[in-house]
This record gives sequence, structure tokens and C-alpha cells, in this order.
Amino acid sequence: MTLAASLFIVAGTFFFFTGVVGILRFPDFFSRMHATGKGDTLGSVFMLAGLALYNLDGGFTVANILVSIKLMLIGVFWFLANPTATHALLRAAFDSGLMPWTKSGDAVIDWPPRPGEEG
Amino acid sequence: MENFLLTISLFLGLLILLSLYRGIFGPTVFDRIVGVGFVGSKALSLLILMGMLYNRIDMFVDIALAYSLLVFISTLVFAKHFQKRGALS
Repeated sequence: MTLAASLFIVAGTFFFFTGVVGILRFPDFFSRMHATGKGDTLGSVFMLAGLALYNLDGGFTVANILVSIKLMLIGVFWFLANPTATHALLRAAFDSGLMPWTKSGDAVIDWPPRPGEEG
Repeated sequence: MENFLLTISLFLGLLILLSLYRGIFGPTVFDRIVGVGFVGSKALSLLILMGMLYNRIDMFVDIALAYSLLVFISTLVFAKHFQKRGALS
């Protein structure tokens, strides 16, 4: 069980590392959110699952099982909450007029739509 | 196993320092929010690792549960507060 917990923890650290590389190297806000939103969620869930497994290594007592259930509960909550926060932040940035980066510098879409061209 | 958990904790601390760069030097305010949220989510894992190292996991898991709620709510509140039409560019 310790070996499986170690594998989960190392996988979580790897996904955190890819998220950090993405947040440092990508050119604009939207691609940075692409890297962090996924790497962060999966890394946290892997890490919490590995720690819950490692916590059960001390024996299947009531206290240990309760702590492991709480850890899995944090994982489930994070798996729901982090994509929601990512989506709300992306929506706020897009409504504030932040445009995605392109190599040529042209706008990807015409936004906000000019009056008379809507619909 | 203690050494393994300590190594993982140190690596997570290094990743927190690296992602704090985006929180300090981010070009827009939303980049700063992303950097701070990313630091918060790694601090969540670091809290539970510290609980394992100190053998007080039953106390640290409650702190981590409250902290995850705090990070989620603060990201939502920041996103709502800085949302202004045409504020950037």
C-alpha cells in the first residue's frame, strides 16, 4: 500500500510541475489558465488520494478511516470547485475585454460585437 | 518514507516560489489571481504533508478542509470584483 501511495504522490507532483511550467512559459492569460486549470485539479486529486492511502497504512482503525474519508472529501470538493473557479475567472477576464494572444497580433473574433452587426 | 515525504514537501515549496513569480509580475490582474490561486492549491497539499510529518494528521485535515473552501471562495470573489467591462486594453 505504501508503494501505491508513493506512486500517487509522485504523479500528483508531476502534474503540479507541468502546471508550473505552463504558468511560467505560456504567452497569454487564456493558455495559462489552460495549463493551471487541468494540472492543478488532477495533481491535487492524485496527491490527496495518495495521502489517504498512505494514512491507512497505520492500520484500519476508526480514526484512520475517518481521516481518510475526510481527505477523499477534500479531493471530491476540489474536483468540483477548481473547474468552477477557473470558469468564473475566465468569464470575468473575457468580459473585461482581454483578448487571446495570436502570433500575428490580429484579433481572433470581433468582440464586443459592433452595434448593427449583432445577430 | 519520512525522507520521501520531506523531499516531496521541499519540491512543492520550490514550485510555490516559482508560481509566485506570476503572482508578482503578472501583466494583468487576472494573471495575479491565477498565480495566487495556484499557490493556494499547492499549499493545501503541503498542509496535509506537514500533518503526516508531524503525526498530527487528525488536526491538519480539518485545517486543510477549511483552507480549500477559503481558496475557492476567494478566487470567485476576486473574479467577480475585478470584472469590469473594458477595464483592460
